[in-house]
Amino acid sequence: MPHQRPPHRDRRGETLTGAEIIWESLAQEGVDIVFGYPGGAIMPAYDALVGAPVRHVLVRHEQGAAHMADGYARASGRVGVAVATSGPGATNLVTGIATAMLDSIPIVCITGQVTSTLIGTDAFQETDITGVTLPITKHNYLVTRVEDIAPTIKEAFYVARSGRPGPVVVDITKDAQQAKTVFAWDDAPVKMRGYRPDHSPGPASIDEAVRLIDGAQRPMVLAGHGIVAAGAEDELRQIVEKADLPVALTLLGLGGFPASHPQSLGMMGMHGEAWVNTAIQEADLLVALGMRFDDRVTGHLDNYARGAKKIHVELDPAEINKVVKVDVPLVGDVREILRALIPRVSQRQRTAWRAHIDELKGHSAVRDIQTLPDEGRLHAAHVIHDLWRLTGGNALVVTDVGQHQMWEAQYYRHDHPRKLVTSGGLGTMGFALPAAIGARFAMPDEEVWVVVGDGGFQMTACELSTIAQEGVKIHVAIINNGFLGMVRQWQEFFYGGRYVATPMKSPDFVKLAEAHGLEGLRVRQRSEIEGAVAHARAAVGTVVIDFRVEQEDSVYPMVAAGSPLGEMIRRPAQGRKHNPIYETGEDEE
Amino acid sequence: MATALCTFVVHVEDRPGVLDRVASLFRRRAFNIDSLNVGRTHEPGVSRMTIVAAADRDTALRITANLRKLVNVLDVQEITDKPSVTRTLALLKIDVAPERRAEAMQLAEVFRARVVDVSPSALMLEITGTQDKIDGLVSVLRPFGITEMVQTGVVAMTRGADGTALRDANPTPGGDVPAA
Repeated sequence: MPHQRPPHRDRRGETLTGAEIIWESLAQEGVDIVFGYPGGAIMPAYDALVGAPVRHVLVRHEQGAAHMADGYARASGRVGVAVATSGPGATNLVTGIATAMLDSIPIVCITGQVTSTLIGTDAFQETDITGVTLPITKHNYLVTRVEDIAPTIKEAFYVARSGRPGPVVVDITKDAQQAKTVFAWDDAPVKMRGYRPDHSPGPASIDEAVRLIDGAQRPMVLAGHGIVAAGAEDELRQIVEKADLPVALTLLGLGGFPASHPQSLGMMGMHGEAWVNTAIQEADLLVALGMRFDDRVTGHLDNYARGAKKIHVELDPAEINKVVKVDVPLVGDVREILRALIPRVSQRQRTAWRAHIDELKGHSAVRDIQTLPDEGRLHAAHVIHDLWRLTGGNALVVTDVGQHQMWEAQYYRHDHPRKLVTSGGLGTMGFALPAAIGARFAMPDEEVWVVVGDGGFQMTACELSTIAQEGVKIHVAIINNGFLGMVRQWQEFFYGGRYVATPMKSPDFVKLAEAHGLEGLRVRQRSEIEGAVAHARAAVGTVVIDFRVEQEDSVYPMVAAGSPLGEMIRRPAQGRKHNPIYETGEDEE
Repeated sequence: MATALCTFVVHVEDRPGVLDRVASLFRRRAFNIDSLNVGRTHEPGVSRMTIVAAADRDTALRITANLRKLVNVLDVQEITDKPSVTRTLALLKIDVAPERRAEAMQLAEVFRARVVDVSPSALMLEITGTQDKIDGLVSVLRPFGITEMVQTGVVAMTRGADGTALRDANPTPGGDVPAA
């Protein structure tokens, strides 16, 4: 799988076609792999791939290309690149672009466009993709002149990765790809008149933030994706240890602070730990770091942490006071701001608050499902927990969207950043398999596990062919409950148990894997997990494991949409024969 | 928080699609545009928009912050509370017989409206001013029979030397902080 990048000869000063300039420009940006699918309007570029300094991975659907670029970027922090043709090729990227937009992931999508003189004529495979993607990109470009290709690609990469990162589309007409010009590449930093991301902290409210942190009796740190994006993990740990601050994490923040650290409380929000949500509601200070108070973490806003002062450290000023009114906004790079705060906050021991949170946790040890009897039935939590145990917590896990995603967040304890790749903001089913392929190419030394539901897997299962063709080695754990599980759970809780359009018949996933030339395994008992995982890890190629889990299991605890954060639906203690997993000591009694 | 009309002076790059990006932002974030005017400035390549939007204070700050994120936006200044000159231009056509023309022109004179076209049965007036002034003229001319009316959006400029000229030191994120 690790591939040799051809030695790159700098072709500046040579007269090249626009198509060649695309690949040379990508190489200048350090790109050595792109994910794409050819078609009419991008054919000149594909023809120029012969001898280009870039490897191309042929996907089976352009949505997969966008998710692969996204997974590549999330796992590595580098910009991921997807390529598609005009019209349907470009519109197939849209879900992947929107996914990257909501989670602030730097990707660049290069799309072919019909010849410039045909634009606006409803030409074959013409779509106004800059118009279509306008609200779901950080920025986009239509390039009609060959001279503009190189500077536009350079600018696109700069925009994608700087400031608050995001997706950028570069739409290049076929005639611009065919025309020739002298390839020029400016090594100087990009200067744009209307875009100058400023990482330095804004007007100082540092004093006020220090005063609030020092004076707080019941503070909580809410750490989000911004910690990982800014590489502020060390700074977070320093301030937390110095000022004795308990840490709650968002879904995308997982790994930004070690799950095994004594100050880590776990995930907050709709399926967060009960004690975390309760502690947030009881806090007198929230220190929000690189997170945006998504509705999935706040619950009902009128009741959200009413007794707490709020400090919001955030790169994007447009996020300040967007949903939650804050007392002290600190706009800027979270790492820089933490560095300013660390020397100034007082060393503290908040013994009473810590003791209280421990009390909220109750017998949290019961959450450790290792202590539960193995009565033969297979629960998704068992699968995830065993995966965590067997991989030593060191795998790069790529999850899809739904119940398995929440179970992964609850039971796979991430100690390191960029080891969980998941679609948070958009909640895109079908994300996991392609994103894992991208992540694997970005991090060839990592053990990559896909954790995916039977529904989401089928949305992009065609990428198994990509895996087979490219010789990609990943592990696929299908958490197969025969339902669209999260929707089924909502139907059970909120729609009178009417399971409309959620029971789902799936193909034989073992045979499906085999049809792709991959290996498939089926696991029905907890006792079989260890052997299957070991077999998959030892295998040369990708192994797909079909874990047949309990069909009507639910994710607990749960804050119903629109409910106050402290009001959680707990796992019923009695009368549910298939639920041997408890959330708190209280439930156990 | 009270909603009021807020005025933004927005300098943008004069490129295709910029108006689309700005309008799309207002639509997507559910901000309400009351009026939007765009035109060239004395500086080549730079256009200036005057946007009036109904917003409470928090929303007005978020409008500024979101506009600043647009790559083609060079500068955003909110001038709602600054002393400024705001103008709208309107053209009105009234259906007026020759015998009542003098009366109509007299009324127009009171509003400093100019006659820009006369035909046997119609009169076209041009008026520049605040919306109040234009509304006043409309109400007095209505009995004559207004057959057509068109008006521009508001254009605005702050008074004094400390004006709304394009500032070139307006970083995209960071910088000014919207406070509650």
